[in-house]
Amino acid sequence: MSAEESSRRKFLISSMTGVSTAWLATNWPAIVQAKEQSQNAADLAFFTPAQAAEIDAMSAQIFPSDDTPGAREAQVVYFIDLGLTTFARDAQPIYTQGFQDLQAKTRELFPDAKLFSKLTAAQQIQLLTAMEKTPFFKTVRDHTVMGMFANPKHGGNYNKVGWKLIGFDDELSFKPPFGYYDR
Amino acid sequence: MIKYAPSSEIDFLVIGSGAAGAVMAKELSVAGFSVVVLEQGPWGAYGHEQDYSKDELQNRFPDPVDGLMSDPTKQRNTFRRNASEKAAPGRHSYGCVIGGGTVTYGASSWRHLPWEFDEASRFGTIAGTGVADWPLSYEELEPYYTKAEWEIGISGLRVDTPFMAPMSKPYPVPPLPLKSSGALFKVAAGKLGLTVVPNVAAIITEPYMGRAACINCGMCSGYGCQVKARSSSAVSLLPVAEQTNRCEIRANSYVREISVDNSGKVTGAVYFDALRNEVFQKAKVVVLSANGTETPRLLLLSSSKRYPNGLANSSGVVGKYLMTGNGGGATGLFEHPLNEYKGCVTGAAIVDYVPNDTKGRGFYGGGRMTARGFTTPIEYGLGGVHNAPSWGAGYKKALIEQANHKLNVSNFISQLPVETNTVDLDPDVKDAWGLPAMRITTTSHENDFKAMKFFIDRSVDILQAAGAREVWADQVNDSRGGAHARGTCRMGNDPTKSVVNKFHRAHDVPNLFIVDGSSFVTGGRNHPTMTISALAYRAADHLVKAAKSGDVKI
Repeated sequence: MSAEESSRRKFLISSMTGVSTAWLATNWPAIVQAKEQSQNAADLAFFTPAQAAEIDAMSAQIFPSDDTPGAREAQVVYFIDLGLTTFARDAQPIYTQGFQDLQAKTRELFPDAKLFSKLTAAQQIQLLTAMEKTPFFKTVRDHTVMGMFANPKHGGNYNKVGWKLIGFDDELSFKPPFGYYDR
Repeated sequence: MIKYAPSSEIDFLVIGSGAAGAVMAKELSVAGFSVVVLEQGPWGAYGHEQDYSKDELQNRFPDPVDGLMSDPTKQRNTFRRNASEKAAPGRHSYGCVIGGGTVTYGASSWRHLPWEFDEASRFGTIAGTGVADWPLSYEELEPYYTKAEWEIGISGLRVDTPFMAPMSKPYPVPPLPLKSSGALFKVAAGKLGLTVVPNVAAIITEPYMGRAACINCGMCSGYGCQVKARSSSAVSLLPVAEQTNRCEIRANSYVREISVDNSGKVTGAVYFDALRNEVFQKAKVVVLSANGTETPRLLLLSSSKRYPNGLANSSGVVGKYLMTGNGGGATGLFEHPLNEYKGCVTGAAIVDYVPNDTKGRGFYGGGRMTARGFTTPIEYGLGGVHNAPSWGAGYKKALIEQANHKLNVSNFISQLPVETNTVDLDPDVKDAWGLPAMRITTTSHENDFKAMKFFIDRSVDILQAAGAREVWADQVNDSRGGAHARGTCRMGNDPTKSVVNKFHRAHDVPNLFIVDGSSFVTGGRNHPTMTISALAYRAADHLVKAAKSGDVKI
């Protein structure tokens, strides 16, 4: 296993923290399949594994996992990574600068910590709240949301978890009644 | 398919392939004339509509060749509220593909009501506005509404009510499903004594003219229709024009000038092709149908020694009296899911406030209230969650709770024609082809703000009566531009006060016809397309007769 592959695996495993055990129990096979086959097949296109871990941690606070899936289960980090080489190419400098700012802010608020992704959840929320007006945070926020709800072929919304959360069915062919009130 | 050499003089050159241009192309070619249609947009999925994507991310960030709308970074435009401001970069965008805006529009297809053609006589003029009678009556236009509805394919229900136009013939296919939003409108209307009617739409609900019925896919407005149920110009009219083998459609053809000779007649147009080569297409008659903003811009771009103030502009009225449309409404949350993501954007309207009631309401104007509720998933996630944080656990909780539970009352409200609301050429900014960019200057009349406030308040009443557990109202917002642009080459009998006559012939130029939303004198209730189509059928009927009689030289 190459060094890069090794750190990639570590990133994937570290990204599993924060999901409720109940949800994991029912969804574990799908997650394993996703992580080991679906997205493993494609290398990161823009981020280094270390950067991916930071973005993954950020998006996991922006769209958290609790009783229901969040950004991690939707594999939003892969969506953003791919997006930065496609539709969101223009945002690359925002991320490049953003990683520096994120690290600086981490050191400023938590002098003992090296990485945002290693902070506790409470610390991460505190830090992101302090950054929420920055272009970097706003961009990651918007990209996280897009990664939750874009067509899965773009790398996020894995297994349509985002669509399921909001009750959106992509069947694209329906017959009335559509909802409760037109029954 | 037939191809004409640009150097060969064709009978009619039609600029624009949307709601008006496609009618002109179809009618003129069927009548036996040679026609070339120039469309600045690409082909889209013309002829292979099943390939239209329903991918929201792709739709937000289209590849340049796949875009269905104009791109404000290319079709650059600037915007300002009034002449004392310096215009800033604008976001104005319109349908830009073979079929124009009809390829992606919501497809509402309401007729104007009879009294919307002579409001100055009926209700009086209003200070600070250019409210005037149209030079034609509803009765003159009615047969063409009917023809348009049956040729294009409109679904709806003929309802005997003073709030809808009288019709000589019912709609060819029955109306779209009511949806849960429409059912809630009925609940509210029952309590408030209001009138709900089914939506009238250019979306077929039964197989019609060789096309399939709507499958209620839901990814509708803003997307191409993959089953050809939306009766866009591209599936209803342009194929008929092409089948005559007298009509050539050219995509990716961006017109920069309508050319004139020494006698003041137009001779054709110069356009950039896909490779940005300049091409001059010679024609006996030019029909300009480029939409309510691009039409006046092209006339102003076509200034010449003979017409220093722009083509067809001896009146100075070209580009003035722009009406882009007023809106606003309110949204409510309901206990049970509406699932508005199924079906087209709206299935029902409350129409009691369509008529004017200056005495009762204290302002001129009216509007149509439509029931809807769907926001596409990405758009919903980005900005559709009400009264919640923008990220974190609180955001997620509200997002899940509100999803599918919203009813939005979206209003289409009159806007008064004001002389200082204009489209002209920006003195500094150039578009991607190096031409002066479009500059939009607009602010609604004070009366319009009262109208918007009225409709927002009525929307709140309706939501409460329907049983919403929480209601929030839009802010009153000034209009900004958009796809419903009208009024910028108004029609009239007086050549000093209008640009075209009642048959859309330019007062100044005998072989130039201007047919689209720019011809509107007053704006109606901000649902312009059906009237654009009907006007085009009427203009084409006249033009065919005039060409055959020699009044127009062919």
